Amino acid sequence: MKTDQIPQDQSSLSKKDLKELCYAVDENGNYTTALSSGWEPKSIALDGSMQLIEKRIEQARQQVIKNEVSPIAYFMEKNKMDVSILASYVSMWKWSVKRHFKPSVFAKLDDKTLQKYATVFEISVEELKNFKG
Amino acid sequence: MQLEFNHTQSAHCENGVASNLLKHQGIELSEPMIFGLGSGLFFVYLPFIKVNFSPAFSYRPMPGWIFKRAAKLLGVKIKRQKFNSPQKAQEALDQNLKNNIPTGLQVGVYGLTYFPDEYRFHFNAHNLVVYGKTDTDYLISDPVMQHTTTLSHQELEKVRFAKGALAPKGHLYYPVYVPKEINWEKAIRKAIKKNCNDMLAPIPIVGVKAIRTVAKNIAKWPDKIGIAKTNHYLGQLIRMQEEIGTGGGGFRFIYAAFLQEAADILNNEKLREFSKEMTQIGDMWRDLAVQIARVYKKRSNEQDVYALLSKNMLEIADKEEAFFKKLRKAI
Repeated sequence: MKTDQIPQDQSSLSKKDLKELCYAVDENGNYTTALSSGWEPKSIALDGSMQLIEKRIEQARQQVIKNEVSPIAYFMEKNKMDVSILASYVSMWKWSVKRHFKPSVFAKLDDKTLQKYATVFEISVEELKNFKG
Repeated sequence: MQLEFNHTQSAHCENGVASNLLKHQGIELSEPMIFGLGSGLFFVYLPFIKVNFSPAFSYRPMPGWIFKRAAKLLGVKIKRQKFNSPQKAQEALDQNLKNNIPTGLQVGVYGLTYFPDEYRFHFNAHNLVVYGKTDTDYLISDPVMQHTTTLSHQELEKVRFAKGALAPKGHLYYPVYVPKEINWEKAIRKAIKKNCNDMLAPIPIVGVKAIRTVAKNIAKWPDKIGIAKTNHYLGQLIRMQEEIGTGGGGFRFIYAAFLQEAADILNNEKLREFSKEMTQIGDMWRDLAVQIARVYKKRSNEQDVYALLSKNMLEIADKEEAFFKKLRKAI
């Protein structure tokens, strides 16, 4: 990549006025560094990931509305977590967390357990319990 | 409390922290040199690990290895500590700051409030340096940022104890011994040899073989897992290749810059030629990213496009294989 080829596309970086460092060759063929505000292929890939996450969040929300899953499943997606990550944060086994996705099991969870989830999701126990989609 | 510390932006966090910490100790090491000495150029395919619901691809070795290897070759000793208690972790950091020691930390990026939201995933192998503390904040030199930033005491604790894969557990590190004399030639030679060997490893999910494995999979995925998932996996490939941290082309340009520096130090003009070739290879990777993005955007259903991507990636594999075989002989 030559220095005059360093992309200056719009990106989530440029939106926050940030730039990242790139390595490229100058007119003499020597390596130098320069700043880039973003590159479209990257933004496309990143947007794709974000869209997948949004889709998963919405799917979970719908499932909560239909009482197919508990609010935990929704907030997990909202926080970009998967079961492994969530289980790690609440210090429980994965199978335990999966059980808590069941609305019937969720309804019987004690406040201590609910607080663990609420803290990780940065919401109150009330918000967690009362989330109906 | 604010230590005298020079913040320099880098393309990649681990390189940047290593370089900035060592410069602070009087060793002028650029990012490309750290990267090269750490034999950082790599490719690995871990289909059994899912990151963002896609297989894991990496264009570099395990987090921490670049700095570790580079330090070993240079004779630099690094003290590393992990903690079970956030409080002890904070005390250790504060003590270092009192002793005028800017300190490297491994952190999770999800809680980095100065990052754009789109970059805040549950990725736990980010590196930054803390060089000061106020009543409310810690002063942060995060090498991927242009300027220094801050995190509140609570925010820093959160990122130091982020959970999930590669959880940092308050991991802190800093150089404790720096030799007066360094045999650059020997270090560079060893590092280049190791990098060649790693890329030429006879393991299907490592190095050049891994590039081929992925290339062949790209042709099969549309039938095996469907177009949508295939595109998602390809998106992951681009992100791992070009995200903050690679300086472009999956670290290939940084390595080319290293080879150029090595050419000067070793007085070896051949290395300059290798540098040019590596730049071309980096460009091929970038072209691949452009092609993938095009397929992604069009959400094209033609089977041919994936066969073409597969073919292009196989070409890259061939080029890299030839490159590393030649480089291994030349060094």
